[in-house]
Amino acid sequence: MDAETTPEADVVEVEVERPLSETARVAREALAGVAPEPGARKPDPILTAAGVRRTFGGITAVDVERVEVQRGSITALIGPNGAGKTTFFNLMTGFDTPNAGEWTFDGASMDGVQPHQMAKRGMVRTFQLTKSLTKLPVIENMKLGATDQVGEKWWNGLLPFRWRRQEREVEARADELLRRFKLDHMRDEYAGSLSGGQRKLLEMARALMTDPTLVMLDEPMAGVNPALKQSLNQHVKALRDEGMTVLFVEHDMDMVHDISDWVIVMAEGRVIAEGTPDDIASNTAVIDAYLGLHQGRSLFEEQP
Amino acid sequence: MDIGSVLEATILQFIGFNACYYAIAAIGLNVQFGYAGLLNFGQAAFMAAGAYGVGQTAMVFGISLWWGVLIGVGYSVLLGLLMGLPTLRLRADYLAIVTIAAAEIVRLVVRSVWARDSFGGTDGLKGFADAFQKVGRNLGLKPAGEYGFWIFTFSGRNLWILLVGWTLVAIFGTIVWLLMRSPWGRVLKAIREDEDAVRSLGKNVFSYKMQALILGGVIGSFAGMMFALGNANVQPDNYSRDLTFFVLTGLVLGGVAKVTGSIVGPMLFWAIYSFLDNLLRELIDKPVRIGDFTLIQSTDIGAVVYMVMGVLLVLLMVFRPQGLFGNRKEMAFDGR
Repeated sequence: MDAETTPEADVVEVEVERPLSETARVAREALAGVAPEPGARKPDPILTAAGVRRTFGGITAVDVERVEVQRGSITALIGPNGAGKTTFFNLMTGFDTPNAGEWTFDGASMDGVQPHQMAKRGMVRTFQLTKSLTKLPVIENMKLGATDQVGEKWWNGLLPFRWRRQEREVEARADELLRRFKLDHMRDEYAGSLSGGQRKLLEMARALMTDPTLVMLDEPMAGVNPALKQSLNQHVKALRDEGMTVLFVEHDMDMVHDISDWVIVMAEGRVIAEGTPDDIASNTAVIDAYLGLHQGRSLFEEQP
Repeated sequence: MDIGSVLEATILQFIGFNACYYAIAAIGLNVQFGYAGLLNFGQAAFMAAGAYGVGQTAMVFGISLWWGVLIGVGYSVLLGLLMGLPTLRLRADYLAIVTIAAAEIVRLVVRSVWARDSFGGTDGLKGFADAFQKVGRNLGLKPAGEYGFWIFTFSGRNLWILLVGWTLVAIFGTIVWLLMRSPWGRVLKAIREDEDAVRSLGKNVFSYKMQALILGGVIGSFAGMMFALGNANVQPDNYSRDLTFFVLTGLVLGGVAKVTGSIVGPMLFWAIYSFLDNLLRELIDKPVRIGDFTLIQSTDIGAVVYMVMGVLLVLLMVFRPQGLFGNRKEMAFDGR
């Protein structure tokens, strides 16, 4: 079944103004006292970056003085194309190494930590170009996500009785997540037969198999149809309600406004603004960065 | 023309020495290439590691043959580390270049005059296989006796080699089959597709690739040991590029990422090779001429057989890219 052609199946609910959940209220209250300015200190940061700089040849892709991400919140990272959002993401998750700067996750320095060690510490990421493993069935994709599997040591792999019990537990957890993400009917299909939107869902579900405390989503909405977007929104909110922290890169402003508690804006590698979604919507620096100084007028008119 | 003798030779090659050695090597290569996606073009070097391990016991070290198994495994682990450490962090193509070069380096070193005392130079090594045949004799197989039925009649010496060889095929086939159904195998298959995705899920990709390279190499070294014990000598030029690519051809013919494919593929490779070779020799007993032009004569047959094998391989790739036992669906989703 293809989600792109039968959107009804994936829609959790239609868009209605709902009262904030308890966790959303807590997150927003905690952030209410934070000054809406670049580098603002948060009451309880789970992730901090200070002086992080990354250059490629002569080009400075990322030059962030200070960024903090509040624990238990949904934080959006936005900015025009080429602002350095994904590079910053790669630096935070160990997929790239900064030229300078330091960053901590959950109080521990992450300098020199390898990408695969991040997941064990509770930080997991998804990718802008979805990385579903197309030649593995959906359920195998999910089971791969579980950390600390006994059977992933080759000498244990030879002895099925050593890992079979754990495998059943992992499988039960995977099935539960597949039901939640409405992918259970595709359980035994190859991931390659999923639609683009379903692959996004699978990637997010697979990331949750690592039991993370911080979920980093790189453009979760890219290439997803509007009906599925609503469903994805609900899934992201549900992560916060379960006590996880979410940091996501996104271009879809409706989503950013709808679900985020805090927004960080990057342009040309720097953080140019921070604040609640409402602060950002009225911030002139952001509007300039996104739309240039021509906002509301034809590009052919003279600049004021 | 005697089609009966052609078919007889074909059937014997299907279960013969070459099929057996190549099957062991292909099981190992399948771990690297089929499951982990590592382009190892140097399987011949791993086979040489095993062969020289057992070969050196008599003439160089003067110790019991059975230590040679340990030495051979040790050589192949060392070789895997040497090849893998600098290249496994990079993209797969680099591994292909390094492995093919490393295999040539190994061959050139062991055949060099400089290392003659350790590896016997171009003469190779011999005189080490007696202890192996002795076990067969002790089990009651007379070296010159005849065993078997119908066309399957072997001398005790050959039967012993085949028995041990095919037992190793069964053992390594089972090991790989078990491993690939385990979570370890799942990580390997995931790495074959997308390393970064696997990394983001907390797996040490470098370590898994190294494990796959070494495991496949160690299995390959047992193929070399059997090759050496079967011939009762080690010749450096047996371990050249041809060997690697024949093993690879057999694997592709059978179907990558399938244990049955890695075993039956090399068997079929040698059966087809033998069939074509014997058939052409039966057909072309005197030069075929058109006027003054000699189209084909018996000395051309070796080359013609390889040409036909190549054409068959191309046809296989076009019409059945997954090989005989491969999974078409697993091959199909590449449009990422």
